Amino acid sequence: MMDRLRQRYCIVGVGNTAFGSTPGESQVALNVQAIRAALADAGLTTRDLDGVLTKAPTSTFPMLWAPRVAEALRVRPAIVGTLDQAGGSNIGLIQYAISCIELGQGEVIAISYGDNPRTGTRASYARARGGDGAVAGLFGAPSSYALVARRRMHEYGTSKEQLAHVAMTHRYHAGMNPNAVYRSPITFDEYMNARWVAEPFGLLDCCPVSDGGAAYIVTTESRAKELAKAPVYIRGIGQSHPSWEFFRRPDMAASGAAASGRMCFESAGMSTADVDFCEIYDCFTIVPIITLEEYGFAERGRGGALYQEGETRIGGRLPCNTSGGLLSESGMPGTQLVCEAVRQLRGECGARQVRNPQVGLVSQQGGILTTHATMLLALEGGRRP
Amino acid sequence: MNFEGFGELLPEIDRTNAPFWHGLASGELRLQKCARCSMHQYPAETFCYACGAQALDWVRVAGEGTIYSFVVVHQQYHKAFKDFLPYTVAIVQMDEGPRMLSAMLGLQRPARIGDRVMPCIRRIDGERAFLTYELAD
Repeated sequence: MMDRLRQRYCIVGVGNTAFGSTPGESQVALNVQAIRAALADAGLTTRDLDGVLTKAPTSTFPMLWAPRVAEALRVRPAIVGTLDQAGGSNIGLIQYAISCIELGQGEVIAISYGDNPRTGTRASYARARGGDGAVAGLFGAPSSYALVARRRMHEYGTSKEQLAHVAMTHRYHAGMNPNAVYRSPITFDEYMNARWVAEPFGLLDCCPVSDGGAAYIVTTESRAKELAKAPVYIRGIGQSHPSWEFFRRPDMAASGAAASGRMCFESAGMSTADVDFCEIYDCFTIVPIITLEEYGFAERGRGGALYQEGETRIGGRLPCNTSGGLLSESGMPGTQLVCEAVRQLRGECGARQVRNPQVGLVSQQGGILTTHATMLLALEGGRRP
Repeated sequence: MNFEGFGELLPEIDRTNAPFWHGLASGELRLQKCARCSMHQYPAETFCYACGAQALDWVRVAGEGTIYSFVVVHQQYHKAFKDFLPYTVAIVQMDEGPRMLSAMLGLQRPARIGDRVMPCIRRIDGERAFLTYELAD
């Protein structure tokens, strides 16, 4: 599918701020810092920008957000916009950027996310599930995802022990990432003894609330070849959005990963066997298990075993969330996973570097398995359009 | 048990959802039923989710069902639940069709997926009530 486009597209720059707690940094500042870092990484400046695309800050969801970020960069780009697929937007925005460039509306587009829910307001993170969710006692994302986890455990036999291995594996990787918020390793006992939030989830099943910003720059292959770093090719993109309020969906414990993954692999002309590592949206421990199973890396019910058996550790068959992911690097909603995939492919990851990766997969999702998007990145450009 | 604290957790009552909440206050569980395709639905709307018809009746239902999934919440998100911690929140698959999200307060034993449950209307004051569920056994 991607080979039906006029040309090939690349991510040429990635950037991020410090993660965790960044007192004094506004939402705008976190976006600006991340975009400027991504531009510098590519060897570009704000003068090169034709577009600024954003995912809106979760904590306040302001209107006309991308124009404000553009103003703070002192650019007046042809293209601005904010896409609301929650976490799925991180890939959906890349698709939109490619569409704009394909239509001849620009050549260099920045995509960013930045928010300060930890030092600013985190009210949205403990909000009741709309309508009569409050009187039912359902507040915050952990309880909703725990409802999904319980059902998934019932249907496919996923165990609490397997959830532990997701938390432990991502934390182990974060220990090798100087920018990760949580770096001390977790033992199985520490995981099991963590306080309950909403059973079956304890504290270590949940990603933290983090401040931070991350950004990346999308452009054409020909422009990419003139820039500072090796181009990372966008080889495939898929989306599929289960939509609906999660508890009313007929198959509540399924995500959009199955259909999104199929679309993505088909558009890339690749299969799961081509993938060297994955960066998976891991807001809660159950999600990587569901995602890996639905993508076809493991049969239904076997995703947890991949973690238990160490396959997803760096050095294993399919390293996952090499930066620590949302669970340990930064709880911000997924933009940073794209940065990590690009850095892994470029070989910039030091102690946590996957050996000689050629192809990386990024998955993003939002809401309560409400949206899903998948992207395959590679060092080689693949079939020429 | 005292449910006064739950008053501020009720959604805004408007023309569309009033029959549901007024029903609970008078001790009845009611759902909308499509006059054309006969589907029950919740939450209330001015149209049928299934067929789009704009003729819906409010009917009294038994509202029994089975637990589709549940969690046990240990964290206090709102003071109304303080005396009930830890409490269970269940997704109930109602026999009539809709799925309801509901608190299960003061359970005698841990819930399980597949358990039969029945509605238990809790009175906040003379004018307001809300729906919870309890185990059928």
